[in-house]
Amino acid sequence: MRTITVVGASIAGLSAARALRAQEFAGRIIVIGDETHEPYDRPPLSKGFLDGSASLDDITLSTPDDKLLDIDWRLGSKAAALDTSARAVVLETGERVVTDGVVLATGARAREMPGPAGVHTLRTLNDAIALKEALKQGGSLVVIGAGFIGAEVASTARQLGLDVTVVEALPTPMAGPLGTQMGQVCADLHRRNGVRLITGVPVAALLGDDRVRAVLLADGREIPADAVVVGIGAIPNVEWLRGSGLAIEGGVVTDARCVTTVPNVVAVGDCASAFNEHAGCVLRLEHWTSAVQQPKIAAAGLLGRTSVHAARFSVPYFWSDQYGSHLQFAGHRRDGDVAEIVEGSPDGPFAAVYRRDSRPVAVLAVDQPRVFGRWRRELASEGVLS
Amino acid sequence: MIPVCALGEIHPGEAVRLDGEPPISVFNANGELYAIDDTCTHQDASLADGWLEGCLIECPLHASCFDLRTGEPTGPPAKVGVRTHEVVVQDGHVYVVVAPVPAVT
Repeated sequence: MRTITVVGASIAGLSAARALRAQEFAGRIIVIGDETHEPYDRPPLSKGFLDGSASLDDITLSTPDDKLLDIDWRLGSKAAALDTSARAVVLETGERVVTDGVVLATGARAREMPGPAGVHTLRTLNDAIALKEALKQGGSLVVIGAGFIGAEVASTARQLGLDVTVVEALPTPMAGPLGTQMGQVCADLHRRNGVRLITGVPVAALLGDDRVRAVLLADGREIPADAVVVGIGAIPNVEWLRGSGLAIEGGVVTDARCVTTVPNVVAVGDCASAFNEHAGCVLRLEHWTSAVQQPKIAAAGLLGRTSVHAARFSVPYFWSDQYGSHLQFAGHRRDGDVAEIVEGSPDGPFAAVYRRDSRPVAVLAVDQPRVFGRWRRELASEGVLS
Repeated sequence: MIPVCALGEIHPGEAVRLDGEPPISVFNANGELYAIDDTCTHQDASLADGWLEGCLIECPLHASCFDLRTGEPTGPPAKVGVRTHEVVVQDGHVYVVVAPVPAVT
């Protein structure tokens, strides 16, 4: 293998390039990214970058050592197709990048809700710059969706002094990843910090002609808004792969080693639906940790190396910083799993363990990193769940 | 030299933290002892509470990784290393020789 092309220049793509060099790939590495910015870290976009405490320099991912990676960067280029028979990545300009191996790391994009000016989504650096400017105007912010992006933006905006309302269509926020019992704890976190939380009501329309002025709910209520943030999930960037022969189910289907159904093509991060040995099923994880860990496994798979990976890679893991608290979750929750508080109480620092037939399958902690770490190690040592 | 504890008190895979200014932690990585500054360079967190695997310690908050042997960051989001310190074992006791604070450039 003489040339490997990485499609996607965010944390998963950069991690893939680093991993290929760390695993002694000496050939040519091309990294294609549709954004013009150098790779940057996305988690601070809803927190430190938005509140001004972290600069662009702070969130830039590249280090001086990355200069030694000898990467052919193709930033500001969008991939339009993968021609697997001719082994080429076709760019939007029509240019064909001929390559022996491909790492798919195209990530996901924010799901949008059509509306007038003043309606934001938050995924890219440009989104964050625009939202930061909007929050500077103060006034009232309505956040649609009480997921991670929504909760973190609400927290930052509240801290900046805005009047904040969060609207969630489901009866309980975060019920998907955390279950209703622990989702309720997240609801309380909003309310305790002076954020209005409306649940169980879908949004009917975004009102305003030149600029948004209110959010109309399905029950007829109108919530005045100087700005709106739509945080209703992400869509994997896989449409460009139609016709490539790759199996796509949500994301690009891979085995546990990130290897796709097409030879010499691997997929990592938000765009990948990888078999997860811990959960025992295919998961498309949008976790930052997966985007850092999977490339190491994928690089070995692409280079035909066997490698032993860190035990901590086996268990899905994410965190969220909101309202001055640090939430951490590891494992994979399913409906029917029962959460039990094992440390503290939900109105302060606490940890909860989720069990399935008495066996621990996941852990959630708020401001309890030490207890969380202990349970995360326990989960990793539990091995494969059935 | 700062005394840390008896040799037998740092179990493999674990760490002992010295609450100095700045705090320093001594890790037992499969029988080898390493001392580094305890505070993650990304955000305020105690590396002694992290996940030790081989010679790498993962920060308990945002998963930055550091190599105990060099102090260098081996995984994002941290981009700046931590200081390493010499560990001395004498008569069954563990001591740390604190490295000088690098001049601010």
